[in-house]
Amino acid sequence: MEPFVSVAGPAAAIMRNNIDTDQITPGHTGMKVQKSGFGDGLFFNWRYLEDGSNNPDFILNQPPFTEAKFLLAGPNFGCGSSREFAVWALRDFGVRAVIAASFGAIFTSNCFMNGVAPIILDETEVNAITAEISPASPEITVDMAAQNVISPSGRIFPFQLPALQRERLLEGLDAIDFTLRREPDIKSFQVADGARRPWVYKITSSREIVA
Amino acid sequence: MDRTFFQKIWDDHTVADLGDGAFLIHIDRNFLHEVSGAVSLKNLDAEGRSVRCPELTFATLDHVLETVPGRGMTTRMPGGNDFLREFSERVGPHGIRYFDLDDPRQGIVHVIAPELGAALPGMTFICGDSHTCTVGGVGAFAWGVGSSDSEHALATQTVVATKPKTLRVNFTGTLPEGVFAKDMILALIGKYTANGGTGYAIEYAGEAVASLSMDGRLTLCNMAVEFGGRTGMVAPDDITFEYLKGREFSPTGDEWDRAVEYWRSLRSDPDAKYDAEYELDCSTLTPQVTWGTSPEHVVGIAETVPDPAGSSDAVMRSSRERAASYAELSGGQQVAGLPIEGAFIGSCTNSRIDDLRAAAEVLRGRKVAPGVTAICVPGSTATKLLAEAEGLDKVFIEAGFEWRESGCSLCMSGATGGESFPKNARVIASTNRNFEDRQGPNVRSHLASPVTVAASAIAGHIMDHRQLVPLEAAQ
Repeated sequence: MEPFVSVAGPAAAIMRNNIDTDQITPGHTGMKVQKSGFGDGLFFNWRYLEDGSNNPDFILNQPPFTEAKFLLAGPNFGCGSSREFAVWALRDFGVRAVIAASFGAIFTSNCFMNGVAPIILDETEVNAITAEISPASPEITVDMAAQNVISPSGRIFPFQLPALQRERLLEGLDAIDFTLRREPDIKSFQVADGARRPWVYKITSSREIVA
Repeated sequence: MDRTFFQKIWDDHTVADLGDGAFLIHIDRNFLHEVSGAVSLKNLDAEGRSVRCPELTFATLDHVLETVPGRGMTTRMPGGNDFLREFSERVGPHGIRYFDLDDPRQGIVHVIAPELGAALPGMTFICGDSHTCTVGGVGAFAWGVGSSDSEHALATQTVVATKPKTLRVNFTGTLPEGVFAKDMILALIGKYTANGGTGYAIEYAGEAVASLSMDGRLTLCNMAVEFGGRTGMVAPDDITFEYLKGREFSPTGDEWDRAVEYWRSLRSDPDAKYDAEYELDCSTLTPQVTWGTSPEHVVGIAETVPDPAGSSDAVMRSSRERAASYAELSGGQQVAGLPIEGAFIGSCTNSRIDDLRAAAEVLRGRKVAPGVTAICVPGSTATKLLAEAEGLDKVFIEAGFEWRESGCSLCMSGATGGESFPKNARVIASTNRNFEDRQGPNVRSHLASPVTVAASAIAGHIMDHRQLVPLEAAQ
């Protein structure tokens, strides 16, 4: 994963609530058995017209937001399906963070797994940043080390991420390697738990007994 | 200190406290399906990792598998065949229990997991599908994850999770005749919005929940994710134990008794504190139906579409205006009476035997209106076989419904270019998502209970099933 320390770039605002993962990556745009290569499908139905050309009304087709590194959105962004394709498409497009008042829980977890930061600010703060964004001054900065969003005019909006997730973003750590360091803890948990709840671990099918 | 039901499960699964609200949580059951599971397994294989606990891992096909009679291991969903092939080839070598196309245990994961006793009270249960919270109906802590978390669980039998806050929803009063669990959850989302449960593990309690059958509880928990919740759950009780006893993977003999003793301890202590409590009075509830593109866009069936311009908040107003425009509806319009071209009974929300029985009661002796494509997809092969043993398939078919093989069908496949309703169609469905294009390009979906769907299919327009003319009177 690409480390996320301090990133500056254009922020595109899509100020609707409940933007679900079906809209972020419509399924018909080609789900593939892989974790990358989804950038072109991002917001497919909103981004392209029926003939396949760019929809000029959609923000990600309007320079400089064609190079957006951040999205600003209404509450409950990323609700709906667990499809991780949604985060892969954002990441592959170049989005490093989404800033909204709230997020779908699974989407949040998927973001952390892929180096995309789901940053929670109050709705009034999201609106305040949005109001400052224009094609002439599109850039914000997200400083992961200091946990600040800096608006085009230099206003500072502090945010908070869990320490572990922030550390992973800062260093670009692989989650599985990180957890495998705890293998002895997992093993001892299972030994103790297996004595307490044996039915969880010793699974027998009644069908297999009959057969 | 008194603890909530959820807190007890959380404590019993904590491998390590990682600080700042993050925990390493043991996973008792990791269920895979061919979409998210194929990606998880392919990446796991590419990294050269093995499945740490294959015996705790289950797999089936549901998302892109066709539901038409005579189906095989191919799908019309673009790219879908890759998922079927990669998944079925990769599951076996890891020694994972796999219910494939022809196995009677095949079905939608959230339908088969309780049905098989693969999900039990007090367990942690994950799957790469957002509706995994369904399984909270048996008293498990179950939640949906992405492919990477699922892969993490394959490799480590744990996930890193942020501890949710707790919310108790008290469903007070007795549910009126003809009103169902689906109406309860839709009304709740309507009252508190689609992110009313965000950040919470939700425990459903109260008189109306205590008297719900297991199938109803599963429906109630299914849509916790549409409410923003990490999970929805119902504390296990005698209804739970009666349902689970004798299921294929349920414990037996002394082990069953020991399990039940533990499960009985999984109730919130009398003075347990929740971070929030919501309440919904069920005694005056009516059948619910959605009008827009979020489950929060819901009204009682006799009500009208609210005026989008009436929202004080600018983002909500523009979202509602867009939803009304997509649905081709305007404020003040009656929901009942809207003509429909499609009706769908199925999905992990409402495809269980109780749902099919209730819908069949409406359909028996009646005919689907001309011009309505009506489809029933049982949630599991076992449910389908049980329904057929009861003769329900004949009722559906004689009424004019298609009777299909089990799977996610129009709930998932429509959004991926697979099985779908025709472009621009207005349909009523027992599913969970009325999102844009969810059941086909520009399809307008209205969510409702299976009984409301059945009555609407008969009428040819959205209809309050309680107003159906009794058959004797009609003849």
